Amino acid sequence: MFEATQLNRRNETTQKLFRLALGGMTGLLILPVILILGTLIWKGAPVISFEFLFTGPTKGMTAGGIFPALLGTILLVLVALLASVPLGVAAAIYLSEYAPDNWFTRAINLAIINLAGVPSIVHALFGVGAFVIFFKFGTSILAASLTLAIMTLPVVIVATRESLQAVPEAFREACWNMGATRWQTIRRVVLPNAITGILTGVILEVSRTAGETAPIMFTGAAFFLPLLPQSVFDQTMALSLHLFVVSTQVPNMPEQLPYGVALVLISLVLLMNSLSIALRMYLRGKKKW
Amino acid sequence: MVIAPPRRSVATEQPVKLGVTGLRIRYGDQTALEGVTLDVHEHEIFGIIGPANAGKTSFLKAINRMDMFNTDMHVEGQITFNGLDTRKVRNVYGLRRRIGVVFPLPVGLPLSVYDNVALSPRLRGEKHKAELDVIVERCLRRAALWDEVKDRLDTLGSMLSGGQQQRLTIARALSQDPELLMLDEFSIAVDPVTTMRIEDVLKELRQEVTIILVTNLVQQARRLADRTAFFLDGRCVEVGVTEDLFTGEVHDQRTRDYVEGRFG
Repeated sequence: MFEATQLNRRNETTQKLFRLALGGMTGLLILPVILILGTLIWKGAPVISFEFLFTGPTKGMTAGGIFPALLGTILLVLVALLASVPLGVAAAIYLSEYAPDNWFTRAINLAIINLAGVPSIVHALFGVGAFVIFFKFGTSILAASLTLAIMTLPVVIVATRESLQAVPEAFREACWNMGATRWQTIRRVVLPNAITGILTGVILEVSRTAGETAPIMFTGAAFFLPLLPQSVFDQTMALSLHLFVVSTQVPNMPEQLPYGVALVLISLVLLMNSLSIALRMYLRGKKKW
Repeated sequence: MVIAPPRRSVATEQPVKLGVTGLRIRYGDQTALEGVTLDVHEHEIFGIIGPANAGKTSFLKAINRMDMFNTDMHVEGQITFNGLDTRKVRNVYGLRRRIGVVFPLPVGLPLSVYDNVALSPRLRGEKHKAELDVIVERCLRRAALWDEVKDRLDTLGSMLSGGQQQRLTIARALSQDPELLMLDEFSIAVDPVTTMRIEDVLKELRQEVTIILVTNLVQQARRLADRTAFFLDGRCVEVGVTEDLFTGEVHDQRTRDYVEGRFG
């Protein structure tokens, strides 16, 4: 009664083939990740030390540490966050909770999506034109951070909007029916339940901001600076640009040093990503509905 | 199509709480409900029965001015609450606070049980813990939920069982001190025992508030409602003393067919 017919057997064979093929593709996908990480750790790890992280470069950058670049990247990210998070979250709240659905708001949404698609070098030129020249910030942390902020705004807006829209409409209606205003509803019910998604978006933004090179190259990141930046109007070194410099621009560079820089940069980004994953898992455990 | 109901209800000596005249509700070009004229009197339970898509929920939304939150929804005609035109009320938030709403599916907000009930008092500015404690206990007691949750007021409202959440929703509605309580098919997601408990609660509440009970259970309307309206396909077919609908004293054959279960 349950003997396999020829058709059954053929289906079974096809299914096995596809499982193998799809699994193989997935395996191929992991391969470059493992290779990149493996090479970086293999070649870069010996360089990493307390001195490497916390002192400045010496001997024309062929020796010493990367502290100015590490600090610079952190500063750039922080200032960029200060600019883009309030702006992005506010815009997302407006678009998701207040704005009527008409051609104008649809145009705004389209513009945001397009902003996400603009190449980073174009953002860099915009940053030069707008912040360095027009607003007269000069090449500075401020100009570079604002450029990064503009570039990553779509990430924040889209993440925030999506987590706001994941809050069930019934919660809002229940609140409105109680006589709450839109803002009371947002503050007491919608935002507390969307905050996890918003945070995830922000962390993803951080990791993207930290790795960008083009937008900061002309707007505030310096090739080499003997001093640490004193204010947001100073230039700074940055890990991503430093990596570019030590890999291609400096003669007689010891082979391991660029790998060390790359390892620090990628660790920073991975740390941020795992933080976001951990946060998401922790908060999903407390999922409230 | 509108039939003037005979005004001979037990409750009709009471003043009119909610007056509806020539109500028409449409979403875009789609008319959801039209030609509704009826009065709901104080301290009565006013039932609304009818099959799906009859416009019952839209009716409740129009009363609560929810069209403000839905640009697609248009309401024409007049609705008065305590004799005041709800279209002309300046403080719609104040209006909504006097009207409690309970939804078909229980909405336990992802706040603690305590905060669920304290939300509305807090929205109107109550900050004193002692005062809030009193309100929370009173409302939970009146919704017949206090005994089950008094030891775990800080668990999330959304973690309660369906029946408990529905009573929590009622407690939350009561925390508004409403003059009018509107229930929209509250028993859909609730077991029969809880349904009976809530029905008992409603019978008691009638002393203090006016109740509009939208229900898809004809027998529930019969058990609870003083007068009942029958909505069908976006029209109000019949308004009358509930018992008349069941004894066949109706104006429209369709009402009899529906009540006797021949369709819908």
